Amino acid sequence: MDFINAIVVLTNFTIIPALAYGSQLALGAIFVTLIYAVLRFANFATGDMMSFGTMFAVLLTYYFQSIGLGLGFLPTALLTIPFAIIMMILYMLLIDKFVFSYYRIKKSPPVQFAMVSVGVMFVTQAIIRIIIGPSDRRFLDGEKFILKATEFKEMTGLNEGLTLKSTQAITIVVTLIIVSIMFWFLNKTKTGTSMRAYSDNEDLALLSGIDPKRVVLITWVIAGVLATVGGILYGLDKSYRPFVYFNNMLPIFAAAIVGGIGNPFGAFLGGYVIAFAEILITYAYKRFIAYLVPESMEPDSLMQLLSTDYKFAVSFSILVIVLLIRPSGIFKGKTI
Amino acid sequence: MAFFEGKQMTAGYGDGPDIISSCSISANRGEIVAILGPNGAGKSTAMKAMLGLLNLKSGSVTLDGEEISKISPQDRVKQGISFVPQTRNVFAELTVRENLEIGGFLREEGLDQMIENIYNLFPILSEKKSQIVGQLSGGQRQQVALGRALMSEPSVLMLDEPTAGVSPIVMDELFEHIIKVKKTNVAIIMVEQNAKQALSISDRGYVLVTGQNKFEGSGEELLNDPEVRRSFLGG
Repeated sequence: MDFINAIVVLTNFTIIPALAYGSQLALGAIFVTLIYAVLRFANFATGDMMSFGTMFAVLLTYYFQSIGLGLGFLPTALLTIPFAIIMMILYMLLIDKFVFSYYRIKKSPPVQFAMVSVGVMFVTQAIIRIIIGPSDRRFLDGEKFILKATEFKEMTGLNEGLTLKSTQAITIVVTLIIVSIMFWFLNKTKTGTSMRAYSDNEDLALLSGIDPKRVVLITWVIAGVLATVGGILYGLDKSYRPFVYFNNMLPIFAAAIVGGIGNPFGAFLGGYVIAFAEILITYAYKRFIAYLVPESMEPDSLMQLLSTDYKFAVSFSILVIVLLIRPSGIFKGKTI
Repeated sequence: MAFFEGKQMTAGYGDGPDIISSCSISANRGEIVAILGPNGAGKSTAMKAMLGLLNLKSGSVTLDGEEISKISPQDRVKQGISFVPQTRNVFAELTVRENLEIGGFLREEGLDQMIENIYNLFPILSEKKSQIVGQLSGGQRQQVALGRALMSEPSVLMLDEPTAGVSPIVMDELFEHIIKVKKTNVAIIMVEQNAKQALSISDRGYVLVTGQNKFEGSGEELLNDPEVRRSFLGG
């Protein structure tokens, strides 16, 4: 019984949250990797682009709530996803047309592109500040829990409760759907193959009649979907604070690099690697251990390797270690 | 008038000096034409100029009597000219079949039939169709490169040093494949370092020196020309 309690504690406080957080990071990391593979630069505006898409979801959620439109026990925000994605894609295409395309035609070096994306980041932040402001907003409605701790305890008679928040379940399910569609598209369709060909060997792709403008357009469309959905899922799970997304760029870049930058499947797994590392290293194991050892040996301390304040230090360390030891990432494979 | 012809071409990279000047090269369907010459003679440049990868300062390029010197390389590809670069001539991260699919990207129909045709031409590709091209041997990669270029059913095929860096046995095999392609009524222009072998399978050859036509003639003529032998074929 104690052993089962221990497992439940661990599942409740580490495995479920890490799966949800990992899914959110995975979507961001695939975004980074895709832009890197096709457009060949590290996009520092990633976090704020995610925030930008989420902003529309928040505003539309408020609007839908005011006219009484909802999804019952599911959050209204799910209904806003298609509209938020369209706004996000329009914004990205606008930025691409007026900013990035100039440097692409000039064939600027990647570093210059990265600096330009920093500029885009500041502009995006300013637009967000003007439209919605910097304050914290909750836009989650509907049923909050699928499984409550008390219900679980009654059902099983265990001491420990297992909770499953609806946002966690939604995050994992939506991520799996989006990512499966994306991999199907990249690997099985003609357009997807042409994108991978363009990413692999641009000159030869041009000689084969692939239209670079179309490849760039489709990349931004997929990127728009990933950024918006990733941003909304994170916002639903944790509440929407516009500038927290900027901080999330560190674990997102770490995930993309761990997975081998340019490799979307690597980025997908990298998201979970980073999430599990952050949560497992900063979790306090006191209660977990207490169930497994005799009472006399129970630990006095929290049994925590690192305070949760330092969770970004974990992804930063992983980033540095991977870059030093295996710069091509831990998952080998094809780029995009 | 030849089917595919570059007349009096003068061109260079950017604002730099002219690499080729008044250079003329032509090829008919069902013919293999070799461009030979010492390093830096402008062999590849002449070919790239015919594809439109660099702009002509003077001269013209015609395909089937039609002037094409002003249109982009992509549009020339659509008109039926296919090019196999010397390096990076395959999609190394894609499978063999995907390489062929991309080669036939502009085809409206008959993709599967054309892929079958390529498999018949290069049986090894059929065996390896699901393999990532980066894992294949040099000779097999060159076959993928040829297959990709042929997927658009070109009337002109340009090869930039198709046998660079492959063993002599593989080279003979590749030349046999090139002859097979010629028999499908394609005009083939190739730049080659292995002059003797290239001339032995070519209908005609050009020898370029400092960007100008120095000698031209049938493969046999060039092989037997004492001056060409002395300067370029090593006695």
